[in-house]
Amino acid sequence: MGQYQWNWGIILEEVYGTGEYYYQWLITGLGWTVATALSAWVIALILGSLIGTVRTMPNKWLAGLATAYVELFRNIPLIVQLFLWFFVLPEVLPEQMGTWMKQDMPMPEFITAVIGLGLFTSARVAEQVRTGIMALPRGQRYAGQALGFTLGQTYRYVLLPMAFRIVIPPLTSEFMNVFKNSAVALAIGVTELTFQMRQITGEYAPGNPIEVMTMVSVIYLIMAFSVNRLMAFIERRTQVPGYISGGSK
Amino acid sequence: MDFNFSAIVDSKDFLWEGLKYSASLTLFATFFGIVFGTLLAMARLSSIKPLNLAASAYVNLFRSVPLLLVIFWFYILVPLISGVQVGADKSAYITFAIFEAAYFCEIIRAGIQSISRGQVSAGQAMGFTYAQNMRYVILPQAFRNVVPLLLTQTIILFQDTSLVYVVGATDLLGAASKVANRDYIPVEMYVTVAVIYFTISFVLSRLVKRLHTAIAVIR
Repeated sequence: MGQYQWNWGIILEEVYGTGEYYYQWLITGLGWTVATALSAWVIALILGSLIGTVRTMPNKWLAGLATAYVELFRNIPLIVQLFLWFFVLPEVLPEQMGTWMKQDMPMPEFITAVIGLGLFTSARVAEQVRTGIMALPRGQRYAGQALGFTLGQTYRYVLLPMAFRIVIPPLTSEFMNVFKNSAVALAIGVTELTFQMRQITGEYAPGNPIEVMTMVSVIYLIMAFSVNRLMAFIERRTQVPGYISGGSK
Repeated sequence: MDFNFSAIVDSKDFLWEGLKYSASLTLFATFFGIVFGTLLAMARLSSIKPLNLAASAYVNLFRSVPLLLVIFWFYILVPLISGVQVGADKSAYITFAIFEAAYFCEIIRAGIQSISRGQVSAGQAMGFTYAQNMRYVILPQAFRNVVPLLLTQTIILFQDTSLVYVVGATDLLGAASKVANRDYIPVEMYVTVAVIYFTISFVLSRLVKRLHTAIAVIR
């Protein structure tokens, strides 16, 4: 460790023989990380809310199906799921579709990562949404029905608006997880932030890994902190007065 | 297409070695993660400011960065600091113990905070020192309250060990991918691995659920 040559200016230097700079690589990586995480989050939020809601419905068949979905996606590691989407799916599909996925699909790594990460996260979001709905007093459901609401209306106007407020804190950690988990996309070749870091510390500037890794870690810390603040803001804005204490300072 | 299932049978010893590595990594990280996490939790709840701040910083840092990033950190740092090429398989043990300690800390902290103040005061009134109070009064109850959470975290940890594949370690996924590349049978290998992970995680999570109802303290 004694002869480690510190050089914090490393990211301002040019990557040998490419005409690009290290900081540009990190910015590109950050872009892919944010794009992957946000797109996957949209899928996760929509699908997760739907499946979490279905799990609380009186229809046994539908609820069972939704439970199976959650168990399936929760009990297989994310990296294995990405491999299934990326390496296995094109092989087991009908030949034409498989060939299309391998050859003609635009940005195959990115799209696979978004869908894989989105479905993985949707199972976790579903669990949170279900917990939120179950946390409501049973009387709210009955009150909705007593007012002559259909099942759909009861969910839309009575249960979900309250449930979503309750689940904002756990959704905050899922939102932060989606950014962290997006790093796994490097395994199928998405050139996100951790991928760029591995590339720089591995091949291009193996002499200064600590500086590069520190900077990348700081970027992740800033992202986590921003998400946390954003969700606290949303929690404060959607608070029902005198009902749920929300929005830690 | 045809599936080559005999290839899975042929490679079962290699996969078994990988699974054993995944399991030993999980158990090692759980044990040291809980030990280290308990100390961190006590530090986070301590009234000594610097200790408190240091523990909070540690926990927040590791909970904010991806595990994959931490795996790379230690993969590169351990040989740099120790001067010994320990390899991916061994550096992963250190990585997971240190990383998971932050997550176990938060679970144990919640457990300690679920114990009523009166218990602490009762221990003090009995003349217990801080250590005795923790050892005989607080921690036994705290652990009992969070055993299901600790076990759930262990299942998540088991799934997360698959990430060591990226630094070339031969865990279950690493073993499978080596066979997949050698024999060109990715479909068979990755499906097999997914089924193994699913079966183990699913069965364990069912057991945890049962345990949860069995040991829940009636208040």
